[in-house]
Amino acid sequence: MEEVKEQTPSLPRLGEPAPPFEAVTTHGVIKLEDYKGSWLILFSHPADFTPVCTTEFIAFAEIYPELQKRGVELLGLSVDSVSSHIAWVRNVEEKTGVKIPFPIIADLNKEVSTAYGMVHPGQSKTETVRCVFIIDDKQIIRAILYYPLTTGRNMDEILRIIDALQTSDANAVATPANWRPGDKVVVPPPNTQEMAEERKNQGYEYIDWYLCKKKL
Amino acid sequence: MACISPDGKPTASGGRMLAALKGGPRSAEEIAKSSGLPLFRVRSGLRELTQAGLTSAKGDKYELSPEGKKLADSL
Repeated sequence: MEEVKEQTPSLPRLGEPAPPFEAVTTHGVIKLEDYKGSWLILFSHPADFTPVCTTEFIAFAEIYPELQKRGVELLGLSVDSVSSHIAWVRNVEEKTGVKIPFPIIADLNKEVSTAYGMVHPGQSKTETVRCVFIIDDKQIIRAILYYPLTTGRNMDEILRIIDALQTSDANAVATPANWRPGDKVVVPPPNTQEMAEERKNQGYEYIDWYLCKKKL
Repeated sequence: MACISPDGKPTASGGRMLAALKGGPRSAEEIAKSSGLPLFRVRSGLRELTQAGLTSAKGDKYELSPEGKKLADSL
C-alpha cells in the first residue's frame, strides 16, 4: 500500500512577499494589492459569535484610529460566511455600541487561510487560530504572531510592533526589549574592528562596542 | 457588490466615488482624498464600478462612462 505522506504547507516567512489573494469580505471583494502603499494587519479569528473573538474585535476597533494615524489598515478573517460576519458585527454594535469599521474576509474555501498557514490542526482542524500578519506598504511580511484559541491578543503589543518597525525603518536602528516610543533605540553594531574601537567616542550610551543606545 | 446595490443603485460609498469623478478623470489616490474613503476601498470599488460599466480606466486615472455620468448626476 502506498504510504500517504502528510505534507506540511509552506508558511509565509518574514521578509518575503505576502501571498496575494482576492477575497470576498464584508466590504466587497478585496485584493491584497488594494492595500499597496498602506501597512496592513491581516488577522484571523476562530469563529464569529464566540466570546474571546468578540472581545478581540472590540479591541481591534478601539485601536483602529491609532493604527490609521500610522498608515495601517486592518483586515479580519475567519472561515465563516459573509452573512455570518455581517450578523455578528451588527450584533456587536447592538450589544456594545462598538462599530467594526474594517472588513472581514469570508474564507469559506480556506484559500487565504491555507496560503497564510492559519489553520493549525493541533488546535482545530476546522477553525483558524489567532494569527496576526503585519504586512508593510510594499506588501512584505514584517511580523507574524500566533496565539492559541484560548488566549485573546494584546493590542498594546500589536501597536508596539508597528511603532518599532516603523521607527526602525525610518531611522535604521533596532529597538531593545520592552521598547516603547520615546525610549532609547539600539544603534546597529559595528561590523569592523576599527568601527568597534571608534564606538566609545561617538556620543552613544555605551555599554560595550556591540551594545550602544541613543535617543532619537 | 459593495458599491452597487442589487437594485442597480449605488451604495453610499459607491455614490461618493461617482461624485468624486464628476469633475473629470481622477486617480484612485485623488478619489480617496476627495471622498474620504480609505484607499483600499476606492481601489476595490473602482474595480466594481468599472465591471459594471460605470467607470473606465485610462492609465492610472478613472473617468465616468456616459451611464456612470447619468447616475452621478442623479445623486
